[in-house]
Amino acid sequence: MNVISLSALDLGLAAMLVILLSVLTWWLKIGTTRSLLIAGLRTVVQLLLLGHVLRLVFSAGQWYWVAGIMAVMLLVAGYEVNARQHRPFSGWWGYGLGTLSMFASSFSLLMLTLLLLVQPQPWYQPQYAIPLLGMLLGNSMTGIALALDRLTESAWKQRREIEARLMLGHEWNDAISNIRVEALRSGLMPIINAMAAAGIVSLPGMMTGQILAGTSPIEASKYQILIMFLITAASGLGSVIAVQTGARRLFDDRERLTLSRLKSRD
Amino acid sequence: MLAGQPLFQVKNLTTLLGSEVFDFSLHPHEVLAISGPSGSGKSLLLRALADLDKHQGQVFLKGRSQATFKPAEWRRQIVLVAAESAWWSSTVADHFQKLPTEQSLSELGFSADVLRWPVNRLSSGERQRLGLLRALVLKPTILLLDEPTANLDEKNTLKVEKLIKDYLKNNPAAAIWVSHNSTQRKRLNSKELVLA
Repeated sequence: MNVISLSALDLGLAAMLVILLSVLTWWLKIGTTRSLLIAGLRTVVQLLLLGHVLRLVFSAGQWYWVAGIMAVMLLVAGYEVNARQHRPFSGWWGYGLGTLSMFASSFSLLMLTLLLLVQPQPWYQPQYAIPLLGMLLGNSMTGIALALDRLTESAWKQRREIEARLMLGHEWNDAISNIRVEALRSGLMPIINAMAAAGIVSLPGMMTGQILAGTSPIEASKYQILIMFLITAASGLGSVIAVQTGARRLFDDRERLTLSRLKSRD
Repeated sequence: MLAGQPLFQVKNLTTLLGSEVFDFSLHPHEVLAISGPSGSGKSLLLRALADLDKHQGQVFLKGRSQATFKPAEWRRQIVLVAAESAWWSSTVADHFQKLPTEQSLSELGFSADVLRWPVNRLSSGERQRLGLLRALVLKPTILLLDEPTANLDEKNTLKVEKLIKDYLKNNPAAAIWVSHNSTQRKRLNSKELVLA
């Protein structure tokens, strides 16, 4: 591969741009100067660290290193899903629901990809497994976070409508059916937008990366199509699992709407 | 149902409020009128009977305990009509599991095309009357009525009372009726339960 290596000076000049922007925000009193600089610093530390960790894992090539990194990725993604919720489920459900939905959807699709589609040797080869999982998790994280937030927020706001249906003898899944549909729709919206805009409005990140790394554009576009379909499936499947399970959790064993299982972050 | 067995029986029931223990029973065609200051737990009692809130004690329908019914099956027979009706779909008809007869609509002062109306066109009084009607079409055994005439003028109040009384006369059903109005409670000719 014929990548042009970036020097410290190149990165330093790019960093200067962020510093200039933070000076501008300070001068305009936007109040984001601090968070901008901290986020920039985090980017440097996190990505350099990632680079070094991945270099070690790639050269070691051991399955347990791959599994360990994957576990960390999943747990962080689960934390992020929960942190995006305005009214998360209380207790272990809050963290567990998003994490398990992502695990079920992203890992099953990763297995499908590695064992049947791309088939690297060995199948857990980190150069393939880790970036693929990263893209699956990153996208299903967004979908699941949006879907769950919509589910719990709508159930909270429309509790009178849900209970009115229960009072008329509707079963729990009918009583919350329209909210469930809304929640799934908002979980799928980002990926539908991404597929529709792919290649025209935006040049997808992975394809850009492959082209920069010297892969032929045709080969890169085939990979990007594969990835798009996989992350669509992962987002959709993950949202369905999260919304179905979450909706059931909003009702107790006697099908009473139990909003006390949510906590508020007001 | 055994002869003499009550239609609906409440034993040692405490609601979420927890301050009072309820024991009463209802026979077919009876009305139990409930009154008491606001905050005394009238609505919470109805919610517990419809199994919408956690509660302690036992409730029986025709001798069969609440716990042995599927929740939705119970709520199709013990139907709560809330003080403020909620509407989840755009047209009136969407909220009826069975369409009401033209006669019952006209008894409440509606023509048949009210079913095609959008919900947001309804006044609060119209919502209250239609909220009752969508419960009555389920042919409930026990009607739980939370101030069903609170938003209505005198004329419509009497229409609603008549519709409910006729329903209870013609069906082996009973009602629990929360009412603040003492002359209404007299008209109902009912057993009384006063919450403190």
